[in-house]
Amino acid sequence: MKRFSRLNAIIKKEVLQLRRDKLTFGMVFGLPLIQILLFGYAINTDVRNIKAAVANQAGSHLSREFVADLGATQVVRLVANAGSAAELEALLRRGEVSIGVLIPPDFDRRVADKNRAAVHLLVDGSDPTILGVANQLRAMPLRFDSAPPKEQREDLIEVRPYYNPERRTPVNIVPGLMGVILMMTMMLFTAVAIVRERERGNLELLINTPVSSAELMIGKVIPYVGIGLLQLAIILGFGQLLFDVPVRGSIVDLYLAGIAFIAAKLALGLLLSTAAQTQFQAMQMTIFILLPSILLSGFMFPFDGMPVFAQYIGEVLPTTHFIRLTRGIMLREAALGEMTTDLWYLIGFTAVAMTIAALRFSKRLD
Amino acid sequence: MASELAIRARGLSKHFGELKAVSKLDLEVPRGEIYGFLGPNGSGKSTTIRMLCGLLTPTHGTADVLGTHVPDEAASLKPRIGYMTQKFSLFGDLTVAENLKFIAEIYSYPSEQRRARIEELLDTYDLQRQRKQFAGTMSGGQKQRLALACAVLHSPELLLLDEPTSAVDPQSRRDFWANLFLLAESGTTIMVSTHYMDEAERCHRLAILDRGVKVADGTPMQLQADTGMHVIEVLTENTSAAQDVLQRHDNVASVTQLGIRLRVLIPVKTDAPQAVVEQALRSAGIDATVTASSPSLEDVFVAVTMDAAERDA
Repeated sequence: MKRFSRLNAIIKKEVLQLRRDKLTFGMVFGLPLIQILLFGYAINTDVRNIKAAVANQAGSHLSREFVADLGATQVVRLVANAGSAAELEALLRRGEVSIGVLIPPDFDRRVADKNRAAVHLLVDGSDPTILGVANQLRAMPLRFDSAPPKEQREDLIEVRPYYNPERRTPVNIVPGLMGVILMMTMMLFTAVAIVRERERGNLELLINTPVSSAELMIGKVIPYVGIGLLQLAIILGFGQLLFDVPVRGSIVDLYLAGIAFIAAKLALGLLLSTAAQTQFQAMQMTIFILLPSILLSGFMFPFDGMPVFAQYIGEVLPTTHFIRLTRGIMLREAALGEMTTDLWYLIGFTAVAMTIAALRFSKRLD
Repeated sequence: MASELAIRARGLSKHFGELKAVSKLDLEVPRGEIYGFLGPNGSGKSTTIRMLCGLLTPTHGTADVLGTHVPDEAASLKPRIGYMTQKFSLFGDLTVAENLKFIAEIYSYPSEQRRARIEELLDTYDLQRQRKQFAGTMSGGQKQRLALACAVLHSPELLLLDEPTSAVDPQSRRDFWANLFLLAESGTTIMVSTHYMDEAERCHRLAILDRGVKVADGTPMQLQADTGMHVIEVLTENTSAAQDVLQRHDNVASVTQLGIRLRVLIPVKTDAPQAVVEQALRSAGIDATVTASSPSLEDVFVAVTMDAAERDA
């Protein structure tokens, strides 16, 4: 009974302080909103309108038709004409275009010849996404309406994008974004919330009362579970409203996965707070974990495409597992029960981090 | 009679690496008294108080506080002691009433009496008008009254106060001490650290700490009687010259200037100390009135810390 009363006192106090802290309160709601708008509208991995220049040395009817087809894809935007390969190279070097299309004089003959490339694409390889676009162009089917070649080249491989047939970026980004936003706010808020009390001297008073370490930690963390779930709802709501991001699986499963992830991140925040002496240090440590979580969790780049070493790091990060869960539940209609490995990892991570944090946090000053 | 002692410490030491913050401290604090800890900054007052409430683990030695052994039994001690930190440690973004309510809940104060207890404290510590004010926006004196109200809310048997008056004006200090005497009368044992002589003089008993070592303890009167020094007061217009002459004199232990007065300490083994001083000044051609005085607590402090410096050398 006493235990409950003390825990309750800590929770009530934390909520009261949270409501009065305008900046934190703003971050709770503002951060998900800004991020979702930013990532949803501004970031588009489905690249279009890359600037290109053409050097058409063939000048034939067929080659002009090819250039028109190229423009029609909207993948590239033809902004300049050049006379030679050297001119194309100069345009590339100056950064005026990212792709140079070189059509040799014997274009018509080359089209008919299976063994020779008909067109050269000079690509600015300093940006990997543009290289990807060029590869996309390679697969462009050439249909010459006026003079169909005897032998239509068939693509060997046909791509059918499951779960996101329109290949819309937000559908892919939003589930991952939930992980990134929750990670950022949960970890930072808890780490700072405890370190702030240490800095202000509140902790010295608290550890001299009958409050136990566990009551203190759990009491401080519980309000943030509520905030995390609220943020989850905000991201889901706006994802659906603005970008039509679906939740194909069970919403209950999604929230259960959310609770597991929030718990993992709060435990990590507590652990950081036992190591940091100042709020600034807590912030630095958060950023130290933040960057790999964004880069190596599969949020930005496909997990399987990363070097094995980076994959190991990624596997350690709770965000990786949560993003797998959200993408599975929201897009692939997977049930939580089918993805138990990731769920168990989150639960295990929480238990370990929480134990270390509780052991490190003593009610003494030395 | 151990039960009459609120605190008994034997050989209590705390080292931080090379630094010996507290060395071999013996303490006996009787119940119901106000016990002072007098010493300059860095003399080990805070460290000792923190060891006594179980916040720091002693490097050597033991302490019994209210019959419990610290630090290993500190958990059972917490509900019985009140602690006021040197730095204001209540929540600046909560109001006065909210802070008191929080502390009441933390100490599991019976909920049906909670409201009445908070009203009583707001009255006693003159905080009724600030009850809805954020604690962080209050003056030093108001913060200190709130901190004391929170420290005594659960009626602790022992109150540990770490330099409670360092940030408040003289009037607030007087009021604060009036409150402490009321608490002591009702049976609370109070341990208070300070670097103010006038506060030390108000204590029933005190210990003087210097660089982690207890150099004297007893009642203020005992300490004053046992200085081992004659105190001679010199009234002169030419204070700096007189100070120069006296400080170089073999029989003089120390000279302290108070405005146009000089307080001169001379070890008791010297006969006719007043004549010695008069003689010294006359031969230097300094015009002065020399009178005998009795040791104040400040003289005690100067004398005992000086001994410690000689001992170290």
